Amino acid sequence: MKRERMYGMMAEFDSATALVEAARRTHQAGYKKIDAYSPFPIEGLAEEIGFHHDEVPLVVLIGGIIGGCTGYLMQYWMSAVDYPLNIGGKPPHSWPAFIVITFEMTILFAGISAVFGMLALNGLPMPYHPVFNVPRFALASKDRFFLIVFSSDPKFDPAGTFDFLQGLEPRSISEVPS
Amino acid sequence: MDEQYKTTVDAQAPVIEPGYTFGTVTEKISAIVLTRPASNGWFMGFGVAFMLTMMLLYAIGYLFLKGVGIWGVTIPVGWGFAIVNFVWWIGIGHAGTLISAILLLLRQSWRNSINRFAEAMTLFAVACAGIFPAIHVGRPWLAYWLFPYPSTMGVWPQFRSPLIWDVFAVSTYATISALFWFIGLIPDMATLRDRATHPIARIAYGMLSMGWRGSARHWHRYETAYLLLAGLATPLVLSVHTVVSFDFAVGIVPGWHTTIFPPYFVAGAIYSGFAMVLMLAIPIRKIYGLEDFITELHLQNAAKVMLATGLIVAYGYGIEAFMGWYSGDRYDAFTLWNRLHGPYAIPYWSLLICNIFIPQVLWIRKLRSSPVALFLVSGVILVGMWLERFIIVVVSLHRDFLTSSWGMYYPTRWDWMTYIGTIGMFLAAIFLFVRLLPMISIFEMRTLLPEAEVKGE
Repeated sequence: MKRERMYGMMAEFDSATALVEAARRTHQAGYKKIDAYSPFPIEGLAEEIGFHHDEVPLVVLIGGIIGGCTGYLMQYWMSAVDYPLNIGGKPPHSWPAFIVITFEMTILFAGISAVFGMLALNGLPMPYHPVFNVPRFALASKDRFFLIVFSSDPKFDPAGTFDFLQGLEPRSISEVPS
Repeated sequence: MDEQYKTTVDAQAPVIEPGYTFGTVTEKISAIVLTRPASNGWFMGFGVAFMLTMMLLYAIGYLFLKGVGIWGVTIPVGWGFAIVNFVWWIGIGHAGTLISAILLLLRQSWRNSINRFAEAMTLFAVACAGIFPAIHVGRPWLAYWLFPYPSTMGVWPQFRSPLIWDVFAVSTYATISALFWFIGLIPDMATLRDRATHPIARIAYGMLSMGWRGSARHWHRYETAYLLLAGLATPLVLSVHTVVSFDFAVGIVPGWHTTIFPPYFVAGAIYSGFAMVLMLAIPIRKIYGLEDFITELHLQNAAKVMLATGLIVAYGYGIEAFMGWYSGDRYDAFTLWNRLHGPYAIPYWSLLICNIFIPQVLWIRKLRSSPVALFLVSGVILVGMWLERFIIVVVSLHRDFLTSSWGMYYPTRWDWMTYIGTIGMFLAAIFLFVRLLPMISIFEMRTLLPEAEVKGE
């Protein structure tokens, strides 16, 4: 068990309840660099492992504002500045007619920001990750729940962490090679 | 058994039949894609749909060679089948977004078993819809003029026209629908990646899953993004058919120039969309044995939505007729008379029968829970909604203000080939979809199971 060759220590659980409980106890025990994996979203699990700042809403807000401004200014500039055309006697800057496209552009930019912002903040796409080296981890997308303590955690020590995880009564414990 | 899972006679049908676990749900849905061999029926169905798609390409190819003169469109009816079919298809797409976004916001968890293929339906319907305006412009190789790009001519699109609003609305709708569908697929792609045995399948699903590993942090951001996207898609879907209705309502043609159009178009869109959802769901659940996931509850709820939106549509027809009389405008009054007694009276009366009278059978509980009856009623509604668009487009245009400019519209065989061809293309895409992607969202189904609940300490 050489510490620098190891990415972390992973425990496997049978149920969402067990994983949430284990995550809470691990975090309370002072382990900060941990992560939990589940086959479906579990409410409150992210908070248990110390994740509190979700930046996705901010990204979407900024995207929406940029989209709306782009939409309106584009129409204003094209219709009133660059090439004003008299159509049916309407003023070049006929703002009520510009609302629809402004709205659509707001939605478009905000939606694109939501998807690509989420992926970027999650560091995806990432086809390879050390956790995939654990054969049993394939079940994380089916019906098993995993908790990992990363070796970069200051409290991490192979034997001690193993004993700690053992105390959580997991189904199995695996080392994650890096 | 949990409260919501009891199956006594009086209780509502369950969202998912009891007895499933995370493992069996995963197994059952992913097996359709990964291990189940394609049946002869699938090959036959796909073959027919594929041939119809080829017919579409032939009809479009000939159109490009000859021009729109091969269609029945002429003056005064310059908007024929192309616009009728465009509105029909885009309306069908609306149910997918309603199910995936609006019902998500309303916490209707029964949507979890039908949202995936309803979204696929949306995407394919929008693809079919998008063909029509592009080939209708006369010189389709210049269709990109619709977009504001810096051209050497120095001119820009006319932003005061609803037609250009429509370009933005529909292209935004197509983009957002595709993104929504895609992010919904990511966790399920990871499931297929981990379960596929064929190396090509592993690589393909692995790439599509973006390396998803189900981390709690990722799920948190994922759910936020999904919820926000649903919140954005909800006003978007309402705006799309509103803008489509502006294409008509902003014009001064009698029969078009009315403020009831936006809500009545949106209701009609959802009406026809749910009919298409049922026409797809009923055979699919039967063939792939998914009655446990798409239960009677889903069929009943869809039937209720159809009943409600159908009544809104009926109200729309009523108000149109009322305004024809109440406005005192002789042209509006004539439009009403012309619908009821003019040369297109048969389509109009058929429309009333298909959209208003026959769907009233859905009040009967027994029929709401009969898949065969629902399938037939849905087919009738789809025909009715197509006729509605035909009436709006053709009958309004063919006799407007001046008797000297009246005329008739007769679709040609090219019109029919193009229309039926898009149905083939739509079905071909559905056939491929059910074989290549999980047609029910696996991870959202897991959240419906009783074991997904986190019990307090």
